[in-house]
Amino acid sequence: MSSQPSDAAAGTQAEISAEMAEIDKTHTSTGHARPQPVLNYPPYRSSILRHPTKDLHHADPEEIERWAPCFGPQDVGALEADLTVQHPGEPIGERIEVTGRIRDGAGRPVAGQLVEIWQANAAGRYIHQRDQHPAPIDPNFTGVGRCLSDAEGRYRFTTIRPGPYPWKNHRNAWRPAHIHFSLFGTDFTQRLITQMYFPGDPLLALDPIYRSITDARDRELLVARYDHEVTRPQWSTGYRWDIVLTGPHRTRFEEDDA
Amino acid sequence: MRRSTPGQTVGPFYHYALPYPGDHTLVPPGSANAIRFHGTVIDGAGDPVPDALLEIWQPAPDGSVVRRAGSLHRDGFTFTGWGRASTDTTGHFSFSTLRPGGPDAFFAVTVFARGLLDRLFTRAYLPSPEPAPFLKGVDAERRGTLIAVAEPQGFRFDIRLQGDGETVFLNFGTDER
Repeated sequence: MSSQPSDAAAGTQAEISAEMAEIDKTHTSTGHARPQPVLNYPPYRSSILRHPTKDLHHADPEEIERWAPCFGPQDVGALEADLTVQHPGEPIGERIEVTGRIRDGAGRPVAGQLVEIWQANAAGRYIHQRDQHPAPIDPNFTGVGRCLSDAEGRYRFTTIRPGPYPWKNHRNAWRPAHIHFSLFGTDFTQRLITQMYFPGDPLLALDPIYRSITDARDRELLVARYDHEVTRPQWSTGYRWDIVLTGPHRTRFEEDDA
Repeated sequence: MRRSTPGQTVGPFYHYALPYPGDHTLVPPGSANAIRFHGTVIDGAGDPVPDALLEIWQPAPDGSVVRRAGSLHRDGFTFTGWGRASTDTTGHFSFSTLRPGGPDAFFAVTVFARGLLDRLFTRAYLPSPEPAPFLKGVDAERRGTLIAVAEPQGFRFDIRLQGDGETVFLNFGTDER
């Protein structure tokens, strides 16, 4: 095991990319299916001391784990799904709508559940003390949203397209633009925190967090698609991103992701 | 079955988004029957993890599954069975809650952290002279990592992400492909 400290800014992008390519090659050649993402993924330096080394222990869900916590209208304000109206002025940037459906592995909608998002502003800066990226803070954009999914499992946010930003994983490391999503399913075991990316982003191929999902078919599930049906005339461009939260009774998937 | 949407790390910048006032107080501290459920998250070098986020989900003291909304705006009277806590600079987290009831009771725990690429699930069982059936199937050497330690005010449950005393993390059948 490497003893390299977290956030070591030692490697170059070329070195990180070579490490990622080597891992991809190993995974492809063994044909061994792995959990996605891979928790032990050294190109993401901060994972080195923070991944379990033992196999996960199989557990059949007990009663409490077959239920998810309940959220309701008292938990989420109606305006929280619009990240562009939380301040006196309009935020700077490209206004977008992001919408999609949340379903379980059998295709059933996850209805009335809490969806939380957070993101950087158009310049790639978070309102967070730890973010020292010298890009402007937008006084009219916090970058936090919440909503409840509707009866069909649909969620919808209005926001600003986030910018990419530098980080210290390696030299000249840049995160592709993304929106963090926190999701609850119908079972406790479906709890998921993930990141939604934008189509065609050249930084995706260079990013060790995205690439820790070593199966390309799986990681592409995190990329939203531009959808002109979601685009609103004279107002905002639209992206669609559907989410599947599988439960404990999941069997091997079929190729039916239409 | 459809392909599952993969997870990604919670990252370093969730502090202004996921925590909220009252997140870790399922019941007001000091109220009748309130207990403390707390511990420290530790990495593979034995250092505390100051940027982890924990969630607990538990039955009510009578063992029932709680079906009550209101976790995000707690009214001080409704027990929702769910809470969220960030670790502080010393890697410590703390909840004020009620004792989970029922046979073989445990807190279901979810762990998120910067550097942790996907969430981890575990269970904090209440100490009992007769271990729960599930615990008997866990290596005796590691079983203790799933059992909270009784204290005068509640229970302590430390989480070791890696290395000596690594916590047993659970797979409910969703992580195999």
